[in-house]
Order: sequence, then C-alpha cells, then structure tokens
Amino acid sequence: MNIAVCLKQVPDTSEVRINPKTNTLMREGIPSIINPYDVHALEEALTIRDRLGGRVTVLTMGPPQATDSLRKAISYGADHAILLTDRAFAGSDTLATSYILAGALGRLMDREPLDLIFCGKQAIDGDTAQVGPGIASRLGWPLLTYVTKIDGIDPTNQVFQVQRKIEVGREVVRCRLPALVTVVKEINEIRYAPLPDLIRAAHYPVEVWTNADLGLDASQLGLKGSPTWVNKISTPPMREKGEVLAGSDVAPAETARILADKLIPHIVVPNR
Amino acid sequence: MTVQEPTQQQLNQERWRDVPLEFEAIVVGAGPAGLAAAYTLAKGGVKTLLIERGDFPGSKNVMGGILYSYPTHQIIPDFWKEAPLERPIVEQRAWLLAEESVVSIGFKDPGFYEEPYNNFSVFRSRFDRWMANKVVEAGATLITETVVTDFLFDERADRRRVAGVVTNREQGEIRAQVVLICEGANSILTQRLGLQEDLSPGDLAVGVKEVIALPKGAIEDRFNVEKGQGATIELIGESTQGMFGMGWIYTNKDTLSIGVGVMINQLSRSGMNPNTVLEKMKQHPAVRPLLAGGETKEYLAKIIPEGGYHQVPKLYAHGVLICGDAAMLVNGVHREGSNLAMTSGKLAAETVIEAKKKGDFSSVTLKAYHDRLQDSFILKDLKKYENASALLQSNPHFFTLYPKLARYSARELFTVDNVPKKDKQKKIWHEVTSRRGIWNIAGDMYRLWRTLG
Repeated sequence: MNIAVCLKQVPDTSEVRINPKTNTLMREGIPSIINPYDVHALEEALTIRDRLGGRVTVLTMGPPQATDSLRKAISYGADHAILLTDRAFAGSDTLATSYILAGALGRLMDREPLDLIFCGKQAIDGDTAQVGPGIASRLGWPLLTYVTKIDGIDPTNQVFQVQRKIEVGREVVRCRLPALVTVVKEINEIRYAPLPDLIRAAHYPVEVWTNADLGLDASQLGLKGSPTWVNKISTPPMREKGEVLAGSDVAPAETARILADKLIPHIVVPNR
Repeated sequence: MTVQEPTQQQLNQERWRDVPLEFEAIVVGAGPAGLAAAYTLAKGGVKTLLIERGDFPGSKNVMGGILYSYPTHQIIPDFWKEAPLERPIVEQRAWLLAEESVVSIGFKDPGFYEEPYNNFSVFRSRFDRWMANKVVEAGATLITETVVTDFLFDERADRRRVAGVVTNREQGEIRAQVVLICEGANSILTQRLGLQEDLSPGDLAVGVKEVIALPKGAIEDRFNVEKGQGATIELIGESTQGMFGMGWIYTNKDTLSIGVGVMINQLSRSGMNPNTVLEKMKQHPAVRPLLAGGETKEYLAKIIPEGGYHQVPKLYAHGVLICGDAAMLVNGVHREGSNLAMTSGKLAAETVIEAKKKGDFSSVTLKAYHDRLQDSFILKDLKKYENASALLQSNPHFFTLYPKLARYSARELFTVDNVPKKDKQKKIWHEVTSRRGIWNIAGDMYRLWRTLG
C-alpha cells in the first residue's frame, strides 16, 4: 500500500487575531503546527503501512518554514516528505491549492503508484474542508469524507471499507481503491515519536518541488488562480453568561425541579 | 505507469536513516544559556544535541525584556543586523515610588542608539526562536517536545561519570561525552546530581509580567524618546508594596512590558498574590498615565533564582556542567540574568571544546569552567553582591520607610511656601530622624554602601 498524506502547517492558536484593516490572519509571533486533523490522517496512514507494508509520503504546500512540519511527520515515521513551494503558489485559495496538490500527487504517481490519499477533514485556520474533496475531484478518485474508522482493506481485490460520521449517525461504505479519505480526530490516537526517530528526522533532507518541477498552468496558481476573496471577517458577539443554580445537599430533588422548570420552556426537555 | 530509476535525491533520502546517534555534547534546555552553549559548541566543531521541552525554542522562555548588546555580540557578532529586536534603549530611569509620588533619577544618551548599542528591549520567545535557527545553521541538532528526566552514568571503580541523558520518549536514552544543564530555575537535574540542595522560598523570586499594546507614537511621546528608540524604568518601593523586589516598565515596538519581581518568602508572608502587586503598581498615579488606553495582550510569569553567590551550586562534575538560571547565575541587584546565562553558556562551551582537544571530560578538566566564571564579571559581580539579598531581606526599611522619607523630603524641598530653606532643612531633618534614629540611618547607609558600593 502506497499512501500519500496532505498536511497543512497552521498557526497554533484558537485565538488567532484578525487584522481589522485587511481582514487577514495575523500570523506574526504565532508558532506553527501541523493541522491537528492532518496528524490523525498521517497516523492512520502509518498504521496501515505498518500492517500492510508500502510507503507513506507526506506533502505540504507552503513557505520554506513548512519544512518543520514535514520533519515532524518524518519523526512520526513517514517514509518521504515533499515540500511544494513557489512564489507563484502564494495566496492560493482552496481551488488553486487543490489544483497544485493534485498536480504534485500526479507527479508523485509517475514515480510510484498510490493506493490511498489521506487528508484531515479540514484545517483549523480556514475551516473550509474543501481541499481534500477538491483533490479527489481533480484526480477523478472516489471521495470518503469524515471517516471515523477503517474497517478493513483488501489489497488483492482493491477494495476497502470505512465508517463515516454523518449528521444522523454512522455510514458504513465499501469503496474501490484508489480513493481519497478525509478523517476526523476520533479515528485514532496519535503516536509519540521515539527519540532516535526524532533525532534522525532533524537531519531529513526534504524534497522540494517548485512549479518548474510541476509545470502547472500559471493562470490557475496563487492569487491569479483564486476566485475566492474575503469580504469581511467579524468577531461574533460574546455569549451571555449562563445561569448557575446553587445546588443544595439537602434537597437535590428541589434543585432538579427548578432546573426542569427552566428547561421545559426552552424545549430542551420535552414536557410529558 | 512508469517507475523511474531512483534519482540522486532519492538516494540521499534513504541515507538520513543511517545518521549515527552519537553526540559529543548534549545541551539540556534551549533558553539563553543553552542556545549560547549549543551555538558556541557547534561553531567549535563539537557534535551537539540540543534538547528543548517546549514546542519550539522560546516557547517556555520568559524574561523582563532587556537583552544586553555586548555579551550577545560576543556570541553572535552583529546580531542586531538580523535578530528580532524591539527598541534600542537610550534612557534608563530609576523610580523610588512612595504612595502617590515618585522620586526619579535617570540617564539618557543618544549614543546608545548607535552600533554597537548598549541594550535592547526584546521578546525572549521571538529572539530565542531566531537564535535556535542560528544554532541549527551552525550544525547542532535540535529536538523539541522532549523532556530530559535523568542521566546515564558510567560507573567505574573510582568514579561515577555522567555519560548521557534519559528522556521521556521511547528508546529515550542517548549518550554523549558531556552534558550541559541549562534547564533554568529550580533545576531538577542539578538536584538529581546532588549538586544543589532543595531551594528555599528565600532563594527564589517570582516575576509576573504583562505585555500591553499601545500605538508606537504614544509610546514615544509618553517616554520622551525619538522614533524607534526605547526607555526603561525600574521601580523600587511602593511598586512591590514594600516587599523586597523590583518593578519594571520597558518599551517595545508597539507594546510595553510591565512587571514586578518579588521574593517568594516575602509574598507568602504578606499573603499577597503577585498579580495583585502588579495590579497595584499599574494603578500608581505615576504609572497609570503611561499605560492609559493600552490593551493587555499577554501575561507571563517566571521563577527567578535570586539566592546569590552563596547558593551557586558546584558548577561541574565528571561529564557535566551547569549554566544560567540552573546555576543560580542571576544578579538581582542589577536585574541581570539572561546575559549571565548566555555568557556562562559560552564559557561552558569553550571549556568543552578544550576538553575535547584533551580527550578528557573529567571534573579535573571541566573545573576550568568554574575558573573562567571566577575570572569573569559573572562570579565577580555575584561575589560583590553576596550579602545584598540578606541585607535587603532583613531590612525592610529600604522598601518601606526610605521611599516615604524620600518623598517627604523631596516634597518639602520642592514646595514653595515662603518658608526659609534653612527652616525647611531643619524640618526635614527632624522628621527623618524622628522616624528612624540617626545612628540607625547611618548604620543602614553604611551597610548598604558596604554591600552594594
């Protein structure tokens, strides 16, 4: 099983500040991490490789500093890492990003066939959940989003089965290979890299591809190739503080009754 | 589908797995001491592993906010050309704070705005990230999110030698000829070696600091400096509610760093929370206008080892050296810590480079580190102020009564009310001596002069 994992380096904070003038994220001084969902995608790919053999290749598009994230993926056990970096890529929206990643994956497949591509369900900075599906669409591959579990893989018959999280519950899907999978956090527990792997990963020579290597259509890259623009970003108003009922050791039943009376009008608890 | 021959790059790709896991030196902690040590070691051709527990070098590093130019320049020449710095400091002020009032002295020299500068306001976390990149460029191996929990020892018939470290990761043991402990205040590893006893609350201060955002222009107006220049204020007296400690305000590019450091034993005796002390200082009439309209962006805290000369542990043993805060190398009187840390890291590294040449990392060779520190400003300054902490801790008048008397005297002198100056002087003299006997004051001043002078 040869597997590719697409990673995004994102700012590590839930309180990213927004520049009110330009409506862009202020990344100054905020450390970068691998998008947490993507780490779960990588973990799943490594687990499958450890069981069935093959290679795991990680790719990221970003500035040269994204090398840190790729080395981290190597320390977890990825076999190979490729950085897609080019001034022409800067400012890409999800349409252009999926174009570039699909192009890079295509080039990778000239070298070695791929059976699976893993992505996180979305990135914590943009929250669009569009790049994974965009890549699948551009490659013409089946797409399985919000996967919570891989039930099994049958390499001989080139099929596998997964469970997907959907609004009303869980969907079990059988699908042919190759396919693209996006994962949620529940799919696995992240491993902790052993010390020797961490030290060696610090010396890993990341392979770098620019557009000279990919030969993509310049009009579909970066700002030029990005029809999306951000019209306005605003901070939602703070939610009001909830009401706290002082509990009583003496009469918990009474406190419960008060709580029920308060909840019933809000149709949280059905009044039966 | 075509499968191509592997390229040279692919062949290199496979080779990284064979990188030998052998190091000559392991540096524990990527703070000021560890970064300076690792940089000097790597430049000196020593195979160095730098281990940091935080997510990135700098993520755990906190200081008041002043980086001294000279010692930093000694380690990375002309660092100011590319390092992330805030403002070169051209004016330093000392404020003696009493209730509602301030007696102020200061020194300003625009010459400090020229190379090689004197000091800069910085954010340690940003500066250290930059410096860590220099360390890696110099050839050291850096790993993060890894905690050193113990040592590996070589037991020989006659002696026990540190031979590496144990980390919290799987297969987490790694060997080296020498280990440099640069893990900061309250060093577990130093205690593990039995070189430092448990510290007492009288040896440690706690520093709390806020970063407050203000427009650049407002900072320059309020602190009376030219565009891009910076100023510092050190505040004594009411700033720490009369406790042994100090407050500070430093100008950054578009923020102020404001904080207080107070001895932990005094805090616990007073029952005060350090945040409350800082909050009160922020409300002082002399301080409040400097901060007006600012928004608090960050809140930080740090333990400062202020045990002084007498609490400096043994700084070396077979295969191990101790630097920076872990070695108690802090000059509390002059609020200097990170420059002592960086310089001690550099001196330790130079000792290791020599030990490598001799092929001997025993304490006999490593003792040279102690000698180097003794010959440098580091132990000379700590020795000079060896009794300062004891004097100031046992004599609260310096932080309570004297600021009040300074206020009273200054107020009398500066108030114009047709009272003859001679009468004013008499009045001041009478007030001062009635609050503390003349012989007591003379004794205080003599001791202060003996200790600090």
